Amino acid sequence: MAELTTLPEAVAELVHDGDSVALEGFTHLIPFAAGHELLRQGRRGLELIRMTPDILYDQMIGMGAARKLVFSYGGNPGVGSLHRFRDAVEHDWPRPIELEEHSHAGMANRYAAGAARLPFAVMRGYAGTDLAAHTTVKPITCPYTGERLAAVSALRPDVAVVHAQEADREGNVQLWGIPGVQKEAVLAAERSLVTVERIVDQLELRPGGIVIPAWVIDLVAEAPGGSQPSYSLGITARDNDFYRFWDEVSRDRAGFTEWMHAHVLAGLATR
Amino acid sequence: MSEVTAAEVQTVAAARRLEHIKTVFIGVGRPSTAAILARMVHNPGLVLVYESGTIGAKPFHIPLSIGDGELAETADAIVSVPEMFNYWIGPGRIEMAFLGAAQVDRLGNLNSTVIGDYEHPRTRLPGAGGAPEIASSCQQVVVIAPHTKRTFVETLDFRTTVGFGDGPGSRERLGFTGRGPTAVITDLGVLEPDPKSDELTLTQVHDGIEVEQVREATGWELAVADRPRVTSPPTDRELSALRELLSR
Repeated sequence: MAELTTLPEAVAELVHDGDSVALEGFTHLIPFAAGHELLRQGRRGLELIRMTPDILYDQMIGMGAARKLVFSYGGNPGVGSLHRFRDAVEHDWPRPIELEEHSHAGMANRYAAGAARLPFAVMRGYAGTDLAAHTTVKPITCPYTGERLAAVSALRPDVAVVHAQEADREGNVQLWGIPGVQKEAVLAAERSLVTVERIVDQLELRPGGIVIPAWVIDLVAEAPGGSQPSYSLGITARDNDFYRFWDEVSRDRAGFTEWMHAHVLAGLATR
Repeated sequence: MSEVTAAEVQTVAAARRLEHIKTVFIGVGRPSTAAILARMVHNPGLVLVYESGTIGAKPFHIPLSIGDGELAETADAIVSVPEMFNYWIGPGRIEMAFLGAAQVDRLGNLNSTVIGDYEHPRTRLPGAGGAPEIASSCQQVVVIAPHTKRTFVETLDFRTTVGFGDGPGSRERLGFTGRGPTAVITDLGVLEPDPKSDELTLTQVHDGIEVEQVREATGWELAVADRPRVTSPPTDRELSALRELLSR
């Protein structure tokens, strides 16, 4: 049953150095506050898993928290490069990073298999690409039709961290808008933390809302504005200017480091 | 109205491709602009599908990301990422997909992963995203790219996404259900695959562009149709709608 706690306590309890951690949220509901708390607590040697690393993982990679990245699209959406990600891959700065990359379809299916506690997922994909030789995907033959398909291994992160709009006092969580792979990530992981915009007495079910019951979540922590500069539909708006601003801040190692110390490590996760 | 830019011609040419299409899969940037323009000018019923799971989005503004709030708020349905790929893209329900790339080869294969060697890249690009499965399964693909020798290359540094693979028969052997690229729309003209060899062939040049210019901007010896058509210049209606959209 989920326990309500504070964000610093939740991170301290659930995430350890060296863990594989999936902080998910597909453009929407990206758990920035939790990621920043991980950095403040100095977590190291993490295997970071996320379909779209986005600014959050650019920050975590640039601060040297990751030993490995499992992902499918490492760009700043609509803006261009993630400069810290590129610097780590191209120049090993601030430390070398191991990559395991997939397609979106592959990652999505790997999460779904993890949630189902199946060893792998079957799909049509990767065929004819150079990606197949550089990642973990294996061919499999359909026992009914003989069709050659792709098998991708299940993702089973040590910890999943997602952000949602609200939770009730029992720790039942509701999110709405773009659902990404958050539910799959929580169900695939060994341990889970959900940060929420607000705690309410009773969840009011929303059209298209997804409820994750308290009994599959370990800890819930309130983190108002915790998905900024991404957004929580109905509560906060995506800060598109920040995504453009990040392109400048992150280009330069010194400028990036200074910004992170001033704005994230000092506890102020705003511009 | 002020003089038409190459970017405007490219966007208008892409929007025209959507006139008789029911569903289009789009990423951000020029493809998204073209698809919203198509809804304004040619095809108000066009269903826009974004990777974020928003099906039937009706954005008033050009979104910066594929998951902007306006896409969620205006969508007919919002689905999870596994559902998007497994129920919607994989079975070929989407008629046309617009894709971009850092490199395109003569068989319409795309690179969006690395420039240089994979282990030690000169430039690390964002990676595959949804492109490999979008390109294998959507009924047809339209590539939108800037026409330069850096983009249109003899040999890809990395094959992220299959167009026609190694040539005729490749897609069938790989078990793909979609037809593959039916056009590559650049700021200079339009390339279409030769029906026999699958090789991208210049079939259309934009108004005021010479075939020689296109040849010079292509990194291989470009095949050219006998009499390439000339893109009719954007109409006043297309241009004013596009400029109004960009100013929102």
